[in-house]
Amino acid sequence: MMACLLEAPLRISVLSEVTATSRHYVDRLFDPDPQNVLQGVIDMKNAVIGNNKQKANLIVLGAVPRLLYLLQQSSSSLELRTECAVVLGSLAMGTENNIKSLVDCHIIPALLQGLLCSDLIFIEACLRCLRTVFISPVTPVQLLYTDPTVIPHLMSLLSRSRHTKEYITQIFAHCCKTPEHQTVLFNHSAIQNIAPLLISPSDKVRMQALKCFSVLAYENTQVSMTLVNVLVDGEQLSQVFVRMMQRDKPIEMQLTAAKCLTYMCRAGAIRTDDNCIILKTLPCLVRMCSKERLLEERVEGAETLAYLMEPDVELQRIASFTDHLVSMLADYFKYPSSVSAITDIKRLDHDLKHAHELRQAAFKLYASLGSNDEDIRKKITETENMMDRIVSGLSESSIKVRLAAVRCLHSLSRSVQQLRTSFHDHAVWKPLMKLLQNAPDEVLVMASSTLCNLLLEFSPSKEPILDSGVIELLCSLTQSDSPALRVNGIWALMNMAFQADQKVKVEIVRALGTEQLFRLLSDPDTNVLMKTLGLLRNLLSTRPHIDQIMSSHGKQIMQAVTLILEGEHSIEVKEQTLCILANIADGNTAKELIMTNDDMLQKIKYYMGHSNVKLQLAATFCISNLIWNEEDGSQERQDKLKDMGFVDILHKLTQASDPNLCDRAKTAMQQYLA
Amino acid sequence: RSDLALNEQEKDLNQRLRRLYPAVNEEETPLPRSWSPKDKFSYIGLSQNNLRVHYKGHGKTPKDAASVRATHPIPAACGVYYFEVKIISKGRDGYVKYMGIGLSAQGVNMNRLPGWDKHSYGYHGDDGHSFCSSGTGQPYGPTFTTGDVIGCCVNLINNTCFYTKNGHSLGIAFTDLPPNLYPTVGLQTPGEVVDANFGQHPFVFDIEDYMREWRTKIQAQIDRFPIGEREGEWQAMIQKMVASYLVHHSYCATAEVFAKSTDQAVHEELASIKNRQKIQKLVLSGRMGEAIETTQQLYPSLLELNPDLLFMLKVRQFIEMVNGTDSEVRCLGGRSPKSQDSYPGSPRLFNSPVHKASSSQTYQTGIGDVITDHLHFLLSPGFDSNYCNGVSSSKGHTLAHSHKSCPRTMPSPELGVLNGSRGQQTNVGAEVEMEVDHFSNGVSESSSNGFLNGSSTHGIDLEECDGDMEVDSAQSKRQLCGGSQAAIERMIQFGRELQSMSEHLRRERGKNSANKKMLKDAFSLLAYSDPWISPVGYQLDSIRREPVCSTLNSAILETHNLPKQPPLALAVGQAAQCLSLMARTGSGSCAFASVDDYLH
Repeated sequence: MMACLLEAPLRISVLSEVTATSRHYVDRLFDPDPQNVLQGVIDMKNAVIGNNKQKANLIVLGAVPRLLYLLQQSSSSLELRTECAVVLGSLAMGTENNIKSLVDCHIIPALLQGLLCSDLIFIEACLRCLRTVFISPVTPVQLLYTDPTVIPHLMSLLSRSRHTKEYITQIFAHCCKTPEHQTVLFNHSAIQNIAPLLISPSDKVRMQALKCFSVLAYENTQVSMTLVNVLVDGEQLSQVFVRMMQRDKPIEMQLTAAKCLTYMCRAGAIRTDDNCIILKTLPCLVRMCSKERLLEERVEGAETLAYLMEPDVELQRIASFTDHLVSMLADYFKYPSSVSAITDIKRLDHDLKHAHELRQAAFKLYASLGSNDEDIRKKITETENMMDRIVSGLSESSIKVRLAAVRCLHSLSRSVQQLRTSFHDHAVWKPLMKLLQNAPDEVLVMASSTLCNLLLEFSPSKEPILDSGVIELLCSLTQSDSPALRVNGIWALMNMAFQADQKVKVEIVRALGTEQLFRLLSDPDTNVLMKTLGLLRNLLSTRPHIDQIMSSHGKQIMQAVTLILEGEHSIEVKEQTLCILANIADGNTAKELIMTNDDMLQKIKYYMGHSNVKLQLAATFCISNLIWNEEDGSQERQDKLKDMGFVDILHKLTQASDPNLCDRAKTAMQQYLA
Repeated sequence: RSDLALNEQEKDLNQRLRRLYPAVNEEETPLPRSWSPKDKFSYIGLSQNNLRVHYKGHGKTPKDAASVRATHPIPAACGVYYFEVKIISKGRDGYVKYMGIGLSAQGVNMNRLPGWDKHSYGYHGDDGHSFCSSGTGQPYGPTFTTGDVIGCCVNLINNTCFYTKNGHSLGIAFTDLPPNLYPTVGLQTPGEVVDANFGQHPFVFDIEDYMREWRTKIQAQIDRFPIGEREGEWQAMIQKMVASYLVHHSYCATAEVFAKSTDQAVHEELASIKNRQKIQKLVLSGRMGEAIETTQQLYPSLLELNPDLLFMLKVRQFIEMVNGTDSEVRCLGGRSPKSQDSYPGSPRLFNSPVHKASSSQTYQTGIGDVITDHLHFLLSPGFDSNYCNGVSSSKGHTLAHSHKSCPRTMPSPELGVLNGSRGQQTNVGAEVEMEVDHFSNGVSESSSNGFLNGSSTHGIDLEECDGDMEVDSAQSKRQLCGGSQAAIERMIQFGRELQSMSEHLRRERGKNSANKKMLKDAFSLLAYSDPWISPVGYQLDSIRREPVCSTLNSAILETHNLPKQPPLALAVGQAAQCLSLMARTGSGSCAFASVDDYLH
């Protein structure tokens, strides 16, 4: 504390000395003699190069507005205007604060205005400064698009020189962040203008042009579809990208070219079985995951690869055996390593910074690898400490890691084998449940979806999860605004109710509440409706359960069934509803709810004559349950239904071409014969 | 037709192998091209030029396993080596499909699958395991079966191996591989058939891309190699090397300027350098007689003490006589003694107007007779006399309408240096390769490279000469000994002297096969109507003056206790020698570090 106090005045005096010299530079900008002003700017240029303190001082002292004024003044000589742009470019090379100050002084519109000048040297100086400003993360990229004449003008300047090519493509590559940006650039012929630059003799130009294509094509079908038809010097663009992935090319170039092809493939512009994907892009991305690459490259490589093969099982299979990818990824979890801490603090810092990114990238790639193939899932879970890593990933502080971990877990949870073994052994349900208590929606969606699989009847984790108070949690999910969460909530409940104890079923009905149940039955999302019907069907399984639930909620359920059968719904929904009805018909007391409802019986009759076999089958099943011989009052029911003409229909159905329907009808008819 | 196809395949194969493995010297280490019919177990059958392998054993137990090796081991100079095997048939049903693809050293039991024994490595199709000199495998890759193409890549730089399946790399399978492994496959199931591709066809896997990566790695390693700990030391050394090179080749003016500007001392007197320069110029312009004379004057005991050297110079003189360039025949011919052929290697140095030979036809009569008269004497016994007839009957061809000669202009040596090195690069490589065993010799031979300018063509010469000449005369109308009867007589007489000198030498110093061959080759020139286009005509090429010049120069330097070759040439030679030594000791990185790449 004392030292600080002593030091303070000294620092002030040094500062005032520095500002004094800086002030001199600024003062000279106001000299009445233009020749002196020019010399002043040139001296300022030499003074600020590589001197961040000097840059900050000049900005504080108000050099920027004056420089901008001189730059914009048509009375200034071109030489002066150019030097001003150079100094501003130099100031922009400093800290992020410098950039902020420059942007606040409206440097961007001033420089963009400067581009209208005819002098190439001046234009290049402006572009260089604009480039530096725009590639900074603190500059809002939207500023490039405010004036609609800017993009077409930049396109027209593009081919003027090696420098305009480099700076403009670099600006585009950094400022294309949204689908809207992609469209603006696309509409101004970005593809035709930039494609020839891919074979430029300058490495920098080639690289920036390539980056432009990767940001333009990302999740953009229109761009991707256009790209496949572009020829560069008579060669297809995809082949140009393939050449850029050659193993003697700079890593950045290989990686970016692989991204371009990946995006084109995902947009459907290139088939997944095309050689340029299978034999070039995929192996290139696998190489990017190797230990020899920088941590950043490994992250990007893994993420891009995960994205490439997500929808294609064949690519997943190939990747799974390429260059030991599965075990190579295990290395992503070893940062910061114990070695990095020992060697130097800088390395440790670097590793720490990338550790989260590495882990989430590896989880994503594992998730993508294991999304379809059982053998691959097995291979993944057998990787060293894999389940432990997922378990600890689920409770990491970084949301990105948690999300990726749960995605990975979800992917693996599609395996019956893994659910029965490793999932249970590692009690993954515990961190999963914890994650579900409090997490952003995107994590919740994945976590609840995983939970659905863990609640499958054969999963040994089902029991402990039930005991952990999961029902309330799932019921609350069904009230979410997100359809995906509602689906997962009700889906999990459905799985839980499958062949469950009476106690569980009662608990589900109680916790959910009939009101919520019926709200879900009128949910706008078909998936939610389907799973809710599934839940009802699972609740209404064995006879005592049917009777008990129908005795307490019969009226509402019958109402809901009527409503759905009368509404505009898909075949699947109606089939599911008829199945519920068939279950009700299987109850002892419950079946009276149907027998006493002539309107319902008419509906069943209608569906027995429906053109869709599945609906006929379900309706027939329902009738078959109603007329089943061995039960009390079967005679009366048979008579009533016979009177209503069901026997004739059944008779007709015994002639049906569908063997299942035919059998079902015959079985029903036999009830009458016995 | 199948023969034709076979030839095509052979051509393809050779081309592909040359492209993939340019550093391999196949005379020393041939590349595998097929399976060896001699190095296999009896249950293995070979067909289709020894590329197809089928199993013909019982296949009941592991005792029925059978393997075959390729004809040759993989040379280290490949750097990266690759072959592929296509599974044509996985064999009869009801058997486990044991099948192994890999590598083994010479002498490893062939009644086994690759990978089971010491110095044997394999990847097996039934379980996808890799076997590293052990009966138990490690999980490695996917299984493989009919229709699959399995590739095996040996990296001789880091001694690892990886496999590919249908063009996809499966990752490292083995590390720390020993040298001299043979491609090997093993089968154990009746009906199994596999085809090998050692380069006969394009590979499914892009091995050239993998090679590109390693070439880049090695070259980056060379570029980044740390040099000179202390400031300026490296530069000083380079300057010294350049200076010594200039002095060695007697570029006095350049050497002087260079030494001055880099502040170095020259370790030889200027006069001495100039003397050597004079002699070298004579040799390089084909004026051997004068060269020998001058040498004897300036260095009286040199040739006396080196009779073999003198003999070599005289043989060259004989050749130059045939060429019509040596001073002795020149003065007998229709040319002025001062004029001479332009030395094609350095056109700018000896530029000249043209001069027409007068009525050359008269000289022509009888040339054949003169030669045939003497041939029986000059040529070794058993020489087909038909050749002699050939000479006399084709007199007409040797008629010349004109020929050019260029009076000498004093060239500035600098030009020679500047023009010098480029065109000679290919020669450096070729010569250096020959010299592996006699290191110093070879280097001295190649040391003259910078000096000469062999790449420029006669055509350019002619264009630079003045007008009234026939442009194609230099190539097609050359005449024996410049077309002079007297010169021919002198040449024949000189040949006799040479013959007796050779006999004398043999008596004095014993047999010398190099000398014998030299003489025989030189005399053979006379057996052809147009020696320039004959199989021995290469001797007449001015480029052949270079080794003579360089040997003589080295000998002179040695008498002054100066190194007989400049350190620069020594370094280049050492680098090349080092690379071939690396190839022999199994360091694969030599494949991607050609000396030529660094000689700009």
